[in-house]
Amino acid sequence: MIQDFSDLTGLQIDALKEVGNVGAGNAATALATMTGARVEMSVPQVGIVPFNKVADMVGGAGNAVVGVYLMVTGSATTNMLFLLSIDKALLLVDLLMGQPPGYHKILDEMSLSAISEVGNIITGTYLNALASFTGMQFVPTVPDLVVDMAGAILDSILAQFGELGDHVLVVENKFNREEYDIIGHLFMLPEPGSLNKILTALGVIF
Amino acid sequence: MVRSPDRLITAGLGSCIGICLIDKTAKVGGMAHIMLPSSIQARNAQNRAKFADTAVEDMIYEMEKLGAIKRRIVAKIAGGAQMFKISAASDIMKIGLRNDQAVESALAQAKIRIVAKDTGGNFGRTIIFDTESGDLLVRTIGHGEKII
Repeated sequence: MIQDFSDLTGLQIDALKEVGNVGAGNAATALATMTGARVEMSVPQVGIVPFNKVADMVGGAGNAVVGVYLMVTGSATTNMLFLLSIDKALLLVDLLMGQPPGYHKILDEMSLSAISEVGNIITGTYLNALASFTGMQFVPTVPDLVVDMAGAILDSILAQFGELGDHVLVVENKFNREEYDIIGHLFMLPEPGSLNKILTALGVIF
Repeated sequence: MVRSPDRLITAGLGSCIGICLIDKTAKVGGMAHIMLPSSIQARNAQNRAKFADTAVEDMIYEMEKLGAIKRRIVAKIAGGAQMFKISAASDIMKIGLRNDQAVESALAQAKIRIVAKDTGGNFGRTIIFDTESGDLLVRTIGHGEKII
């Protein structure tokens, strides 16, 4: 029985990465259709990190980030959190609004609404890909947008469940724009037991 | 737990609470970062620093080892925010509020007076506790900065 992500093998990580790539491809298409902008997305990395390293990946616990959070119920209970540093969020808004990089200086209401939609789409396409690979059903809540310290966002998610696996699945999402790389991180924080269900359904636990 | 004039820092408190205790006479201070209200309902309560009840007990014990006297110890607390709208819908999910209540009752049980607090709201806090002056600096993003 796999208790958390640190026990995964290379094959299992490859399977999860494949799911990430399919999700990112669909997300790019959806965002391009929505905004009319040319959106290219890839998943350069899928990783397994200890929970207490997550904040470091986005600049430290005290760093201001934009987070889009959804709880997921259905076949397996989990949490999805899309995190972007503020500067990347601004660049992403520029891209989606068809403006040159550096155009947006602050995250106004319109920008935040756009980021929330991006988080929603990325999470949704990822879960759809996972559902189609596994035959499982995932029911996300509406997205909740927070601009605050990374640590504060993460500890609140952890506290809601009291217990989550010690490790987190990270899907790095890269938006390509000329010389600017805009990287956001999609984190999946499953309840204990949920990961096993997902991997069994993916066919990577025999 | 430290001797003054050390400063103790916790970055990015959300629904968690930073509990700061100080005995100014003995020049001993401490900070704990608790995540959940009670160790009693927890499936795994091994990490005692994670829960309001056990963290308070352990802090007092450690401070006494450094020479603090319990009746002189006072507390300042910060954190306990409600970061997400989704979870505000259900009482059981209001961890920030439950943490706040649990910390207050654990301190009351230990007969430790809370001299200042900054809890609640929907925003994160970074806290810096000066164990010399007893000042607790609370930083936020977009909700100002204050010393309590």
